[in-house]
Amino acid sequence: MTRISFGRILNTQTIALVSVLLLNWILFPGFFKIEWQDGRLFGSLIDVLNRGAPVAILAIGMTAVIATKGVDLSVGAVMAMSGAVAATLVVAGYSGPVAVGGALAVGLACGLWNGILVAVLDIQPIIATLVLMVAGRGIAQLITEGSIVTFSDPTLIFIGTGSFLGMPMPVVIAFALMVLVTLAVRKTAIGLFIEAVGINRSAATLAGIRSRLLLISVYSVSGLCAAIAGIIVAGDIRGADANNAGLWLELDAILAAVIGGTSLLGGRFSIPMSVIGALIIQAMNTGILVSGYPPEFNLVVKAGIITVILMIQSPLAGQVLGFFGRKKSGASR
Amino acid sequence: MRLGGRDVAETAFRMEARGVSKIFGTHKALDTVDFGLLAGEVHALLGENGAGKSTLIKILTGAYQPDGGEVLVDGTPVHLDSPLHAQSFGIGTVYQEVNLLPNRSVAENLFLGHQPTRFGLVDRKRMNKDARVLLKRYGLEIDPASELGSHSVAVQQIVAIARAVQLSGKVLILDEPTASLDRDEVQRLFEVVASLKRDGLAIVFITHFLDQVFALADRVTILRNGKLVDTSRLSDLTRTELVRKMLGKDIAFSGSTSLEAQRPVTDVLLEFKNYGRKRSVRPFTLTIHKGEVIGVAGLLGSGRTEMARVMFGIDPSDEGSVTLNGKPISIRAATDAIAHGFGFCPEDRKADGIFGDLSVRENIVIALQGKLGWFRALNRDEQLDLAGQFGESMDIRAASLDMPVKLLSGGNQQKVILARWLATDPAFLILDEPTRGIDVGAHAEIVRTINRLRDDGMALVVISSEIDEVVAYSSRVVVMRDREMVAELRGEDISPAVIVQAIATHGEATSEETAA
Repeated sequence: MTRISFGRILNTQTIALVSVLLLNWILFPGFFKIEWQDGRLFGSLIDVLNRGAPVAILAIGMTAVIATKGVDLSVGAVMAMSGAVAATLVVAGYSGPVAVGGALAVGLACGLWNGILVAVLDIQPIIATLVLMVAGRGIAQLITEGSIVTFSDPTLIFIGTGSFLGMPMPVVIAFALMVLVTLAVRKTAIGLFIEAVGINRSAATLAGIRSRLLLISVYSVSGLCAAIAGIIVAGDIRGADANNAGLWLELDAILAAVIGGTSLLGGRFSIPMSVIGALIIQAMNTGILVSGYPPEFNLVVKAGIITVILMIQSPLAGQVLGFFGRKKSGASR
Repeated sequence: MRLGGRDVAETAFRMEARGVSKIFGTHKALDTVDFGLLAGEVHALLGENGAGKSTLIKILTGAYQPDGGEVLVDGTPVHLDSPLHAQSFGIGTVYQEVNLLPNRSVAENLFLGHQPTRFGLVDRKRMNKDARVLLKRYGLEIDPASELGSHSVAVQQIVAIARAVQLSGKVLILDEPTASLDRDEVQRLFEVVASLKRDGLAIVFITHFLDQVFALADRVTILRNGKLVDTSRLSDLTRTELVRKMLGKDIAFSGSTSLEAQRPVTDVLLEFKNYGRKRSVRPFTLTIHKGEVIGVAGLLGSGRTEMARVMFGIDPSDEGSVTLNGKPISIRAATDAIAHGFGFCPEDRKADGIFGDLSVRENIVIALQGKLGWFRALNRDEQLDLAGQFGESMDIRAASLDMPVKLLSGGNQQKVILARWLATDPAFLILDEPTRGIDVGAHAEIVRTINRLRDDGMALVVISSEIDEVVAYSSRVVVMRDREMVAELRGEDISPAVIVQAIATHGEATSEETAA
């Protein structure tokens, strides 16, 4: 009994990812074909990883925020700001590393701002981060003066389109971040404290957890992740588009975290599962593109599949599966 | 209805509950309770937490439907579906927190939902004029067009009463209306209530302040553990009798002091000097020795929990000083207190104590981990060791240390929180109602633990409504009343009779103010 439910929770996301990939393969037989070309790997599967990297990176920070019973709506706008800052700096003649540093500093500052609004001023996270979601894109537009700032800086372009050991840089960065942040929360007490604050902030404070500092740190990490995603997106298109960079990606990041099993009510979280959630979303996007269906289907199909995943994860489905799981496999319907 | 009920004809009751019961799951929140309310009286409803006051009120206002018994209005049985439905029978309620719209005008709040209209639009002029007339009856000379939120809580409370009376007009239920008011404001509210009583309204008054009960109420109904204890005229009751009835000490006192608790102690651990916080607890001076249990007695709202919160730094003191082993220390936050070796088991286990979705193991280690900080993480084996060790010493009954703590019984959850603090090896432990709402077995285990810790040299402050229990394990007893430490009892004075007397005693200062 325990073993069955444990296995089910552990595997929902991976099973969903594999199912979506198999579905893609049925629709497009060349889906799993991977080629070695010009010192790097190419193929639809690699494309899923590469295109999914920005949302996966956002989801890493978002998961920690959601686990504290918060949400960070500003990440899309922060992406636009960091891209705008990086592009403007290289265009103004600064070196690539300086531009990257500047963009990261902007992300950190945004995260600190969100964290202070939430932790010190006790503003509800959805409202606190909404401020920057709206203002951030405006600031990005001010930085780029309303136009798309293009550049040819090799460092930024390498971050967006280069490769390392045959893998695209965005994938390498996302993977490294995932490992780094997972170790940082699980090999220290931070993960436990994040869950404790998310489940019961009052009890956490009484138990001696510095919940304010923790919240500020978590929002800062989310801001940093958004800045990294922003640099990648800018490097990929060799320009900063303040209007479209990161647009609506905060919603994909929230979705990735939720598919990954983190409850919006805070508490238990898993960063690798959220990354898998981001990949599920991207696998669907890519699948619809390569299968030749008109892209108009994209949003509807995506919504349908996500509804199914969320239904499987819902407490009601848990009960239904618990009672009838052995009798019929289609119990989730 | 026993005392004070039967001498009036049954039909004279404006509102009556006959043998009402309410069951939640397996818990009987209200057990065949009778309650009769006369026109033109203020009827106080008293009882400690969990006595069933709010359940009874919710049945009277239609928020709950009784599982047994019936509710009568003017002698006719009625079925109240909702508070709105109850309103149509003339029953209005005013809650502790004002349930109005602070950003709208006073007049709009008074007439919301039934504003005077002209050509289908709100007739603002007439509304403000009507409001002015209405408010004058309550002795309020304020601009009806002003924002409600710009006035004091007392004025808002009176506006809420005016609205309730306006809409209902037969029965007015005041649920702790004075909890957030200062003395002058309470006085003002009382004048309004007294004049409504003269107009023939039937008023139910719920409060924790005994002074206010004696100042305002004609009759009183006391509930305990969901059962009716008594209904009587206040003129037939002394304060001591009233407190005894509330605390369930109406038969012989059975408590006796423990010899171990009375063992002489010499090593001073903590000294709080004129320690207090405005609007929370008046400055108190208390010396705490190693190997001593200080029992804190007092009714709900007496300032006992506030005292604990100030000591632990959750609500930092704004007056006085504290020394630890003779050295002055500063406690501005819970983390400061914990760093100095304090621990605190809060009164509301669910809201402030347990992490429901975290495992028993994580719930036990979290305070120690909090003390160690972010980077010195206890690994899983160390956590299991600690949880196993303290789980065993506290006799926590859990199928597994990795199961979510929310699946445990209340008593076992309480033991988990105690284990959490014991794992930090504290020198000083504050327990706020550690035995409330838990089963008999867990109760005995916790009392045993208190005795054991005291004998091992720990200093404890234990807040409890169970007087027998306080008497049994305390080395000294501090009595709280009206947010003030009013007595410190030691030796032979630690007896239920003396403690009840101290809780009930009508202080000179307060008697003058309420008489004025």
